[in-house]
Amino acid sequence: MNINLTILGQAISFAFFVLFCMKYVWPPLTSILRERREAIIEGLEKAAQAEKELEKANDAAGQELEQAKKQSAELISQARSRASQLEEEAKDRAKEEAARIIAGAQGQIDQEVSRAREELRAKVGALAVQGAEKILGAAVDRSAHENMLKKLAEEL
Amino acid sequence: MATEYETSADYIQHHLTNLTYGRFPEGHWGFAHGQEDINAMGFWAINVDTMFWSLSLGLVFLAIFSWAAKKAKPGVPGGLQNFCEYAVEFVENNVAQVFGTRPNPIIGPLSLTILVWVFLMNLMDLVPVDWIPHAAALAGIPYMKVVSTTDPNATLGMSISVFLLVLYYNFKIKGPIAFGKALVTHPVPHWSMYWFNFILEMVDMLAKPLSHGLRLFGNLYAGEMIFILIALLPFYAQWLLSLPWAIFHILIICLQAFVFMILTIVYLTQAHETEEH
Repeated sequence: MNINLTILGQAISFAFFVLFCMKYVWPPLTSILRERREAIIEGLEKAAQAEKELEKANDAAGQELEQAKKQSAELISQARSRASQLEEEAKDRAKEEAARIIAGAQGQIDQEVSRAREELRAKVGALAVQGAEKILGAAVDRSAHENMLKKLAEEL
Repeated sequence: MATEYETSADYIQHHLTNLTYGRFPEGHWGFAHGQEDINAMGFWAINVDTMFWSLSLGLVFLAIFSWAAKKAKPGVPGGLQNFCEYAVEFVENNVAQVFGTRPNPIIGPLSLTILVWVFLMNLMDLVPVDWIPHAAALAGIPYMKVVSTTDPNATLGMSISVFLLVLYYNFKIKGPIAFGKALVTHPVPHWSMYWFNFILEMVDMLAKPLSHGLRLFGNLYAGEMIFILIALLPFYAQWLLSLPWAIFHILIICLQAFVFMILTIVYLTQAHETEEH
């Protein structure tokens, strides 16, 4: 409990400790702490930036997807309309073909009919002449009655 | 343990006596044998136990922290290094809060030294009171006070060093004229009262290192005293009191180390304040 030389010894060792601490302990530790703080701040900033970039990339991907969807829908509808167009065209062509075939057939039929008529006319003329010859009992002058016969044949 | 001593008073007296080496009044130097010898030696003596423990613990502090400083890297710290960095950061924050950002190369390391060193010296108080003195007695050393901060020489030695530093900064920052003026113009700024102001300021100034050192000493001395008194109980009942007191004491030893550091910072801050208040 007495105050004695210890007080001086204590003051001297205290001074020594503080000086040592000032030289070898405090500066490196505080500078390390500062460096670490800066590194952490930098890391956090980088993380925030990366997050932002990720968000941006996500947005871009979403937009791209949307566009692709739109494009594909457009392509599908285009294909659909093209298909129906082709179908229409095929139908039209078939109709035309059918009409042509029908027209051809009709022409042939008409030809046959007129040929048959000609034949018939010739035969009717001959029959009429024969009939008349029989009725009259005399030959009919063909040339004299040509005009009459022709008229008759035309009436048939 | 108390049975080896004739009375409880002897036991207490023994545990409160430093191992002192000094000059006897007859002129020769040697170890004191009891309080009478110490009283006779007066100032020309040194408390060997106080010096031994405080120096050892101070070296422990420097060893741990310089190891951490050497190993420190900005990467992830581990274990002991983390503890050291935490302590440094704690001190830095406290200095920044009280002292501000004025450039001063000494206040940080000074505060760190005080905090850790005083804490380590206080920590010795948690070693059961009889272990080390008893071991020392077996080794032939008659007295051994383990807790350096229960020696006013230790605490006053530190507080007076801080006081000298405060005086130095008062002269350096304010200049001798402004400092001298501040001593006589407060609190009554009239020339006829300068002598009165000077006495007040002197009392105020000298009270600071005294209260600074004696606060730490008083707290730890009282704590140690209670441990000694508890040790006088029968051995089977001691834990009933010593355990709660030790747990409470953990708070006190941290708090007193912290208070000593904060007061140091506050005094140095006052020495740096140039504006009138």
